[in-house]
Amino acid sequence: MPWALLKYGFSRRYPARVDIPPPQALRPSYDVVIIGGGGHGLAAAYYLAREHGIRKVAVLERGYVGGGNTGRNTTVIRSNYISPEAVRFYKKGVEMYQGLAGELGYNLLYSRRGQLTLAHTEASLRTFRLRAEVNRHLGVRSRMVDLEEIRDLVPCLNLSRRVRWPVLGGLWHADGGLARHDAVPWGYARRAVELGVEVHQRTEVTGILRSGNRVTGVSTSRGELSCGHVLQAVSGMSSVVAAMAGLRLPIRSFPLQAMVTQPVKPFLNPLVSSASLHAYVSQTARGELVIGGGSDPYSLYSTRSTLELKESLIAGVLGLFPFLHELRLVRQWAGITDMTPDYSPIMGHTPLEGYWLDAGWGTWGFKAIPVAGQSIAQAIATGRVPELIRPFALDRFYSFNLSNEAGATAASH
Amino acid sequence: MKVMTCPLNGPRNISEFLYLGELLEMPDAKACEDREWAEHVWFSENKAGVVREWWCHLPSSYWFIAERDTVSDRILKTYTVAEYFEKSGAAQSGAAGEAR
Repeated sequence: MPWALLKYGFSRRYPARVDIPPPQALRPSYDVVIIGGGGHGLAAAYYLAREHGIRKVAVLERGYVGGGNTGRNTTVIRSNYISPEAVRFYKKGVEMYQGLAGELGYNLLYSRRGQLTLAHTEASLRTFRLRAEVNRHLGVRSRMVDLEEIRDLVPCLNLSRRVRWPVLGGLWHADGGLARHDAVPWGYARRAVELGVEVHQRTEVTGILRSGNRVTGVSTSRGELSCGHVLQAVSGMSSVVAAMAGLRLPIRSFPLQAMVTQPVKPFLNPLVSSASLHAYVSQTARGELVIGGGSDPYSLYSTRSTLELKESLIAGVLGLFPFLHELRLVRQWAGITDMTPDYSPIMGHTPLEGYWLDAGWGTWGFKAIPVAGQSIAQAIATGRVPELIRPFALDRFYSFNLSNEAGATAASH
Repeated sequence: MKVMTCPLNGPRNISEFLYLGELLEMPDAKACEDREWAEHVWFSENKAGVVREWWCHLPSSYWFIAERDTVSDRILKTYTVAEYFEKSGAAQSGAAGEAR
């Protein structure tokens, strides 16, 4: 058996598959340079090549593909937002995820589970009613559920009245789901590379070259290159990179801590979240429980961990599932979330011509990877920002026309 | 437990404090452009490095200014409002900050 395996491994008939080629020399110029090799940047590269024939594209990544927030989030895919523009946008995102593994030919382990958001206050119930109506109006499956139905959906949930925050009702979102986070950037990178896109890992952008009010190129740790357009897709570093281009953004960066328990038998199909307890939990295909919550209380660029936040997250989850108290944590980590004042992203033009922004992804970026990539690729290729993402322009802050989603985030911050 | 030194109450657990954001100089609301005002309201420096910010010790409702490194998560120094603005001589923006 080992010999057969070795023979197979070294056989020329089964060459090793290289998804992302090893480093190559940078070309002196590209049509589009994308800063950031996470899900958003790679998706944009893929759609530029695939849907618009723009293949002279370089994706520059300081670390490795998917090593930033794409690999650090908790992979919730849902569209039960509150403002019509956000519901339309994320609905498209959820729909794209449903067919994405087939399109990319890459197993994303996407699974539709449904998401249950719990209300512990009358105020939450009111918001849920509004969300359910807005969602239904726009064709998203969301509805209010009472305790009876909650018990059917998640039989092991603690619905006792004798707790600090008893569950009063819930919002059931049948379209909610999960995917394997690493597979998403890998899948996009692989297909983008096949179409001629260059992915340069360990290549840090150190400056943005400008001529007058137009971007002309970027300087990197491996030399300068010129380009027609630059797309910034660097969640967690948006303000720092934008400052190189002379831009200030309406963003403040906070760490968000998450963790995973040891794997156990499947018992929790839906994703369960509670804004009042500042926690959400889901069970992965492997059986691990992923626990996440709100961002840290003060701004920071460090992905350090704190015991206080872990304790508060765990207290929330144990309030919902007390029997989990014997589980061990096996991993914990943090990502940097770029929070905007209205909890909506910023996509599109900037005051610097040719410099495009895909930023402000706070705690809601993973679910939008396909739809944001496709929309921003269309904007760059055609010069016209698609209707779908126009409400999320940077200009909205100048006209005080914000798109408030603070009430529809999985855990309030 | 992370400890922050309040200029009034001494070293306390950071969970007793509320972070209130960057120290900003308020533009003259009557004279400035609309865009400048919008930027003052919404935009941030969001610097990776040493920043100066407003903080409040919640139990005593005491406002002060902290100098902090946002990369290493270290609190470098805390100032009383009077002390800080005496040092920097920017009395005007101090009044503006307090009005926030």
